[in-house]
Amino acid sequence: MPKDTGIGAPVTRTEDVRFATGKGRYTDDFTCMGLHYAYFVRSPHAHAKVTGIDKSAAEAAPGVVAVYDGHQLTGDGVGNLICGWGITSKDGTPMNMGAWSALATNTVRYVGDAVAVVIAESLEAAKDAAELVDVTYEELPVVVTVADATAAGAPQIHPEAAGNQIYDWEIGDEAATDAALASAAKVVEMEITNNRLVPNPMEPRAAMAQYDAGQDHLTLHTTSQNPHVARLVLSAFYQIAPEHKLRVIAPDVGGGFGSKIYIYPEEIVCLWAARKAGVPVKWTADRTEAFITDAHGRDHVSTAKMGFDANNKIVGFKVDTQANLGAYMSLFSSSVPTYLYATLLSGQYNIENIHCNVKTYYTNTVPVDAYRGAGRPEACYLIERMMEKSAKELGVSPAELRRTNFIQEFPHQTPVIMAYDIGDFNATLDAAEAAADVAGFAARKAASEAAGKKRGIGYSCYIEACGIAPSKAVGSLGAGVGLWESAEVRVNPVGSVEVLTGSHSHGQGHETTFAQLVSDRLDLPMDSIKIVHGDTDTVQFGMGTYGSRSGAVGMSAIHKALDKVENKVKKIAAHVLEAAESDIVIEGGAVKVQGTDKQMLWHEVGLAAYTAHNLPDDMEPGLKEGAFYDPTNFTFPAGTYICEVEVDPDTGVTTVENFTAADDFGQVINPLIVGGQVHGGIAQGVGQAMLEHAVYDADGQLQAATYMDYTMPRADDLPMFKVSTHETFCPGNPLGIKGCGEAGAIGSPPALVNAVIDAIGTDDIQMPVTPQAVWKAIHG
Amino acid sequence: MATVSMTVNGKAVSGEIEGRTLLVQFLRETLGLTGTHVGCDTSQCGACVVHVDGEAVKACSALAASCEGAAVTTIEGMANADGSLGTIQKAFQDNHGLQCGFCTPGMVMSAADLLKNNPNPSETEIREYLEGNLCRCTGYHNIVKSIQAAAEAGA
Repeated sequence: MPKDTGIGAPVTRTEDVRFATGKGRYTDDFTCMGLHYAYFVRSPHAHAKVTGIDKSAAEAAPGVVAVYDGHQLTGDGVGNLICGWGITSKDGTPMNMGAWSALATNTVRYVGDAVAVVIAESLEAAKDAAELVDVTYEELPVVVTVADATAAGAPQIHPEAAGNQIYDWEIGDEAATDAALASAAKVVEMEITNNRLVPNPMEPRAAMAQYDAGQDHLTLHTTSQNPHVARLVLSAFYQIAPEHKLRVIAPDVGGGFGSKIYIYPEEIVCLWAARKAGVPVKWTADRTEAFITDAHGRDHVSTAKMGFDANNKIVGFKVDTQANLGAYMSLFSSSVPTYLYATLLSGQYNIENIHCNVKTYYTNTVPVDAYRGAGRPEACYLIERMMEKSAKELGVSPAELRRTNFIQEFPHQTPVIMAYDIGDFNATLDAAEAAADVAGFAARKAASEAAGKKRGIGYSCYIEACGIAPSKAVGSLGAGVGLWESAEVRVNPVGSVEVLTGSHSHGQGHETTFAQLVSDRLDLPMDSIKIVHGDTDTVQFGMGTYGSRSGAVGMSAIHKALDKVENKVKKIAAHVLEAAESDIVIEGGAVKVQGTDKQMLWHEVGLAAYTAHNLPDDMEPGLKEGAFYDPTNFTFPAGTYICEVEVDPDTGVTTVENFTAADDFGQVINPLIVGGQVHGGIAQGVGQAMLEHAVYDADGQLQAATYMDYTMPRADDLPMFKVSTHETFCPGNPLGIKGCGEAGAIGSPPALVNAVIDAIGTDDIQMPVTPQAVWKAIHG
Repeated sequence: MATVSMTVNGKAVSGEIEGRTLLVQFLRETLGLTGTHVGCDTSQCGACVVHVDGEAVKACSALAASCEGAAVTTIEGMANADGSLGTIQKAFQDNHGLQCGFCTPGMVMSAADLLKNNPNPSETEIREYLEGNLCRCTGYHNIVKSIQAAAEAGA
């Protein structure tokens, strides 16, 4: 029976029943007695001094219980927001971090920076009163881009960061790379931008804070990918409450893509205000608020040089990147353009010499942090655009140039920290070329041309790093947290199983895939297994879900706990059945003595553990085991994406005709869910490549702050995708999993842009390759 | 405040509203039917689609007062009488047509409207019809497959 629900089976999701019937419970669906609503007064200016806040009219408005400002917040000892990953500049100095208060006090630094909050009986009353808060601003000159930030005499955004520079970091051997480039037979150069994006999970962020005065205890319902990390940071750094007096619940969460990792000002303010005002407080972002407060992604400008020898082997790769980190340093912002980016610059290729210099800057824009892929899409876009450009300049096919340079032997130590454990890059390239019918492309191109259209094909051979990562390693690189995961497996006296996991599902389907692991190991039906997550009072601890880590790290923790459960079950059964432990097997809902008819039914073992009437002398009662799993290395998903487009030269409109993905994710737990992750990732990557752009004007106003202006991919922008997986099992974790959550968003942008460049015959174009950009590139 | 009365999922309901109360607020806050979601402020995302007198309507863009006497169906009214998943809902589960689930109620309601008016839509017709529903998780691939499967099952 349960084998069709085990590892590798395309099990339909159990959580779908509640989601498809409207019974999911997201943060905004929760309510409580006496609930009040928060509405934030936000700066309309990108950079200004706050010279006065007159709250009196708002305080007197109907239904208003309180209006608070930043001076009250800091006066109550609420700490500034932190960045949890310290980066050291190449001169040995620590990064320059400016202060960030959850409610701005004397200076606002981006449009959307909150200066006050109104707490009222209804949302309408709070909104109405917010209009009565009279904030006087003295406008300051504005910095929007890295070019603005680095210009002579640029306005200073934070006194701590001279020249608006946060750090000037490097990786690799610059002298050796320069020498390699100097000796190269051919050097290819390019300038490349990686456009700023807004993550846009469909559920806007929300928070509901309740204070129980009798217990002196706070409860926060929030849209978090990592509720325990939220509790830790809220307690340790923002002094909201000690951890044992703060419960964080992240119930059903409607997508995250990185943007719900961070602990934002709104959560801090709701908790503080709930205690201060003595009423429960809920805040839910409207969509424009999400656009101007959710951490943005990407926003790099780079120059790159790649050198080749006479045999088209890469001899050196040198990259200079400038990254715009926005007005404040978000929680993991510093790690994205450094350890999550430059460490992947070797791509799938054998490159002896790599050097990358990264300079990051403050600007008067929304803070930038990890968004699906986080650093790896930026690295992949750079490398894979470079490979395609180099192939054209060297006069070889893009596939051939890649094959010439593929890493073939594993493990492989790159010159930029990463040690690739396993992979088969030729296998995924072969599979993608076959599935994409590359052989038939010439005929399809001819047909397009006959119809007055231009057709192009583009490749991307991506590699990324997931699981993040061995705690000791990330600690040595500046991380403020460990990146292990925890699990507890409880077998109840009636035999049902509860798994408490520190991973958090916000669309990934953990309730199904994690149960498949248990079903596989204990040979039990899915409906006897429950996966519990998202509540700090229920789950022991956890680091949460991001970096495609829930399979490779979260499930490895469950696997370890299951080892302990299995061990104890076998000991109990051996004792009761008077057999050798080595003869005990778990199968078919029973625990059996191999080769005999002696057995205990599964629930009888559970009952035996809890009645404790007949256990081995040295055994504790109960059947519940926990484990912490710390990864031994990053994991390295890799693959090839091939995109085929048709461009209408008259309008510049690009149509994605075919998109083929061949991925190596290691062990696949559920192919249905893995396919869905790839589809969604590709859609976001195609969105970045041809539709999405968080455009600011020179005054620092976000021009794309609604769905009328920010071009989200819609159903009619995309084709059906051809996806397949080709597994080399990850040797670094017990299940052989690599992770599949981000690959689609990492691998797809260069495939699409390379295809458009192939179609139009010029590479003088940057993302997003909108109809206007394509038309201009064609017609000049 | 005024009183509005309508039929929601076959049940007669009424409640106090302000003139500015939106249908989606009435459904979520007054009736506690939180399956209808709000994903934007510009009637672009479609997470709030319900049926009013048999027509698909974005509940964020309709005043509750304008639905006086109307028959409203929400996602909570789409399951079979025995509580099991309706044909479209089942097709979404079978084809992994949902991930985080936030857009799903609107997608199911839109799909039902499409299939009522066009029982055998082509892939292109499905994609064009879904222009008013955003999903950030699925890349639409499996949503299209789900609707094709629902059409085949006679939804």
